Amino acid sequence: MQKKYSWYSLLKAGLGNQEWDQAIPLVKPKSKYDVIIIGGGGHGLATAYYLAKECGITNVAVLEKGYIGGGNTGRNTTIIRSNYLRDEASSLYEHSMRLWEGLSEDLNFNVMFSQRGVYNLGHTLQDMRDIERRVNANVLNGVDAVVVDHKEIKEQIPIINTSKNARYPIMGASFQARAGVARHDGVAWGFARAASNLGVDIIQNCEVIDIEVEEGKVKGVKTTLGDIMADRVGCVSAGHSSVVAKMAGLRLPVESHPLQAFVSEAMKPILHTVVMSNAVHGYVSQSDKGDLVIGAGIDGYNSYAQRGSAKIVEHCAAAILELFPIFSRVRMNRQWGGIVDVCPDACPVISPTKVEGLYFNCGWGTGGFKATPGSGNVFAHTIAQDKQHELAVPFHIDRFTSGALIDEHGAAGVAH
Amino acid sequence: MFLIVCPYCKESRDQNEFSPAGEAFIARPQNPEELSDDEWSDYVFYRTNHKGDHWEQWVHTNGCRKYFLVKRSTISHEILEVAAFGEVTSENPS
Repeated sequence: MQKKYSWYSLLKAGLGNQEWDQAIPLVKPKSKYDVIIIGGGGHGLATAYYLAKECGITNVAVLEKGYIGGGNTGRNTTIIRSNYLRDEASSLYEHSMRLWEGLSEDLNFNVMFSQRGVYNLGHTLQDMRDIERRVNANVLNGVDAVVVDHKEIKEQIPIINTSKNARYPIMGASFQARAGVARHDGVAWGFARAASNLGVDIIQNCEVIDIEVEEGKVKGVKTTLGDIMADRVGCVSAGHSSVVAKMAGLRLPVESHPLQAFVSEAMKPILHTVVMSNAVHGYVSQSDKGDLVIGAGIDGYNSYAQRGSAKIVEHCAAAILELFPIFSRVRMNRQWGGIVDVCPDACPVISPTKVEGLYFNCGWGTGGFKATPGSGNVFAHTIAQDKQHELAVPFHIDRFTSGALIDEHGAAGVAH
Repeated sequence: MFLIVCPYCKESRDQNEFSPAGEAFIARPQNPEELSDDEWSDYVFYRTNHKGDHWEQWVHTNGCRKYFLVKRSTISHEILEVAAFGEVTSENPS
C-alpha cells in the first residue's frame, strides 16, 4: 500500500503508467478491538482517525454496513460554514472549520476544500434583523461574518434576481468568506485512508445486528461477519441511530426523515459561491465539475427509504428559480435522498449513554457534513477519555431531561 | 409520494393534501405531578423512530382538517392501514 502521496509518487505512477495502489486495504475483522465505531461515514471515519492520531488508540475498527462514502457522506450538498448563532454551536462548528482549513495536508489527501464563501439571504426586515444579530454573535465568537446589502450581492453575483418585484425580494445577506464546499466522498476516502495508515481497520459490508450489553456495560457487537468484542463502542450511524440504539435497549430523542438534493448537467462556471435562503428554502452552489448542486428540505414524515416527496423537490426548484431565473432551462441530471436523524433542537448529541462504554454521536440532522472533522475530533476525545470533550459538553443527551436545549433550529440562518 | 385514504372523507387523495403529525399513541401523562424528569423527557422528546411498520398521525390539512391514524412502512412508504382515533389504540394496535 502506498503510504504517502507526493509530487514524486504522482510523477512516478503517471510516467510509468502503472496502476495506483489500493488506498484502503480490505481487511477481515479481528475478534477484539479497543474501540469499535459503528458507521463508516465521514463522522465515524474522522472519529477513528482522531482516536489513532490524537488519542493514541490505534486498535480500532470502523464497521460499515455498505461501502465507504455510500451513505449521507456521499449524498449531501457539501456546504461548510460555521456561522451559527449560539455559542455552543458556533464553537463546535468553528472548531470543525479550523480543522477543514488544514485537512488536505493533514490527511495527505486532497479533499478539495474550497473557501468560496456562503451567502445566507434575508428577504424580510425580520430576516435582516436576525442576520445582523447572528453576524454580531459570530464576530464576538471569532467567526468571520459580515452583513451585505442587496446591491453588494448583485455586484458579486450578477445572475441573482434582486428585483424589488420578486415574490420574496432579497434585502441583504450574511456572508462568511471562509465558508465553502469540499469534495464529500473525497473526505470519506481521505479519512479512511489516513486512519487506515495509522492502523485502524476499516471493514466494509459488515452490518452490526446486535450490541452485547452485560450488567450495564457494553461487551461487543454481533455483525454479519461474526462477533467482535470491545469495551468501548461509538455509534455514528446518522439516520439509523435509533435502530442501533434499540440494539442496546436505548431510545433517542431523534426522528429520521428523508432529505433530498439534486444536481444539474455540468455547465461552464456561472456561480462562484454558495447561496442559501432560509425563507424560500433552497441552497445552491456549483461543483468544480460544473453541475449545480441544489439542496431541498426534509419531508415531515419519518422514513428510512432514502427518497422523499416530489412536492419538496418542486418547492425547492421554485425557490431556486425565484433567486436565479437564468436557471429555468437547466436540466437536472440526478435526484436522490438521504436519511437524516433530526433532534428536537436541531443540534447533535455527542454523548455517553446509560450503558457504560457506549457512546452516541447522532442527531446532526440536515447539517452534519460541515462538522465532519470537528465532530470526529471531539467524539474521539470523548470516547478515549470516557469524558466529554469540552466542546461536546453542551451536547450531552441529558439536555433533553435538564431542559438546557440549544435553540439553534431557527437561528442558524439555514434551511432546516 | 403516496395516496392516503382519509377515514372521514373516505376518499383516496394525494399526500400533498395531508400533513404528517408525528408518532401515534403518545398520550399526555395523566399524573403530571408525579412524573420524574426522565419520564417527562421521554414523553416530550424521545420517540420510537421505528424502522418498519409504524403507527403515526396525519391531518387532512386541505380537506376535512381532522386528525387520524395511519400505519405506514417507513421502509417502503406503503400505507397498510388507516383509522380514526379510537378505532385502534396503543394497547390494541393491529
